[in-house]
Amino acid sequence: MFLFVIFSLPAGPVTRWGEHRLIRLKDVELEYENGTKAIQGITLSIEDGEFVFLVGPSGSGKSTIIKLLTGELLPTFGRVMINGFSIVNLKDRQIPFMRRTLGVVYQDFRLIEKKTVYDNLSFVMRAVGANPREIKDRIPRILRQLELEDKADCYPPELSGGEQQRVAVARALVNRPSTIIADEPTGNLDPDRSMDLMRLLIKVNQMGTTVLVVTHARELVNRFGKRVVTLDEGLVTHDAVGRYVGGRRYG
Amino acid sequence: MTRWGVTWGAAAMVKHDFVYFFREGLKNMSSHRLMSFTAISMTVGCLLIMGTFTLVAVNAAMNLSTLSNSNEIVAYVNEDWTEQQGRALEEKLLAIPNITAARYITREEALNAYTERNPEEELFQDLDPGIFRDRYALTIENLEQITITVRRVEHTEGIAKVSYYEEMASGIVTVRNVAAIVSAALIGVLFVVSVFIISNTIRLATYDRREEIAIMKIVGATNAFIRWPFVYEGFLMGVIAAGVAFLLQWGLYAAVTGAIADNDTQRLFEILPFARIWLPVLGSFFGTGMLVGIGGSLTAIRRFLDV
Ligand SMILES: Nc1ncnc2c1ncn2[C@@H]1O[C@H](COP(=O)(O)OP(=O)(O)OP(=O)(O)O)[C@@H](O)[C@H]1O
Ligand SMILES: [Mg+2]
Repeated sequence: MFLFVIFSLPAGPVTRWGEHRLIRLKDVELEYENGTKAIQGITLSIEDGEFVFLVGPSGSGKSTIIKLLTGELLPTFGRVMINGFSIVNLKDRQIPFMRRTLGVVYQDFRLIEKKTVYDNLSFVMRAVGANPREIKDRIPRILRQLELEDKADCYPPELSGGEQQRVAVARALVNRPSTIIADEPTGNLDPDRSMDLMRLLIKVNQMGTTVLVVTHARELVNRFGKRVVTLDEGLVTHDAVGRYVGGRRYG
Repeated sequence: MTRWGVTWGAAAMVKHDFVYFFREGLKNMSSHRLMSFTAISMTVGCLLIMGTFTLVAVNAAMNLSTLSNSNEIVAYVNEDWTEQQGRALEEKLLAIPNITAARYITREEALNAYTERNPEEELFQDLDPGIFRDRYALTIENLEQITITVRRVEHTEGIAKVSYYEEMASGIVTVRNVAAIVSAALIGVLFVVSVFIISNTIRLATYDRREEIAIMKIVGATNAFIRWPFVYEGFLMGVIAAGVAFLLQWGLYAAVTGAIADNDTQRLFEILPFARIWLPVLGSFFGTGMLVGIGGSLTAIRRFLDV
């Protein structure tokens, strides 16, 4: 009686817009319910396999763009495409499958407080139907990679900010998504660990994963010579390879 | 297909991970014991009220039908018909719908039965059978249709008159119908009440988990995946409630029927022994408990899934 087999829906892209699995925002505007116009008309393409830094002053709309990419927010105007899914036309039951193509590190981590570090990771693997052997095999490795192996049985509130941040990174990586989106992933890390994390993200990118990193860390951005998109007041003000070009307010 | 070697495109077939879902459900339940205890007790209460009412109704219905011989009507044959002609009517009478048996009684048999029933009344001891008529005792299947059936019998050629306890028959039917309607309504109401209580209890217990559910959704869990532990949690609570309610119902029934038997020395009431009804009681308790539990937990988390 309990051996139900659930046939899940096709996980593939349904509404294609272009050939590649890429990120595209076209004339996107977003106004929050309280009237704040966080995004004021952004058109942006990120190609399959790119590594992009998204920078800009606080309140410029960086986290809002991430919420648009995960389908947590719908644009007030314009279109958002990610990995072949059109966010605006997405049916409710397709949302999980769109989200599984993404690994997201949230600015506030969003870890499940009542689950251990290990279970926070195993949960997302189970949710996509990974088999137990794969789970047992992959989680310790990723924990070791992020220097969290002795924290496996801790609950998130028992961890330091930097440790929680690394758990969030581990969770984003564990399902091997085709796109990684990280909102301030180094915000709570010491300089050495920040460098390590960036190197890890670069390595993941070299394996073919598209990576989008939101950050304020000017030195890191300058060191890697990747594409840098700068936002200010809900608009893209610079989009170039190389250096962190500060907005007016960066003096 | 990503370069990490994971295929997203193919329709994934996900096995139902019963052990995991069940363990999660159990964890949920034990992580808020007071809530679970309240929900279970409430369900036990509702099941007991439903069960008690139904058992009273069942016993009452049984006593009503044994008390009444009113599903028999008497049809008198025309006085000037011969016994042969009268007996020939049987086939016609049996052809009438709702009549299950027809027994021919001659006037002599009727007289004998009458004198036997009234042995003291010497006045009647040497009556002439001529004052009685040949008759049929007809058994009616469905008392509710009795009026129509009687009319049909009356219209049969060779039948002079029909007598039956009209009021008693309709009275029994009314009592039985009212009891059925009232118990159905009460059970319906109690069912809804239990679902509501369980649902609210689980919702309170789930309230601090809406953040967790939101996170599950944001990492790509389907609603079904999130729901399963709650389904098993509701299922478990329903089953526990059913088990407890069954034991209590058993004790209550034994106590009450014992008390009735002690006072009812003349055995006016016939009472169904528990041994004959335990299986349907257990079955319906488990069925209802499970429905209430699962229904309650599903309605409780519905709102939190809209993320
Ligand atoms: N839920 C919300 N409701 C209303 N306004 C919001 C909400 N979230 C953000 N905002 C507003 O939208 C604008 C953009 O916010 P957002 O969080 O995207 O900034 P950010 O670039 O991520 O900033 P930071 O670098 O500080 O994280 C801000 O003015 C903010 O006040
Ligand atoms: Mg932000």
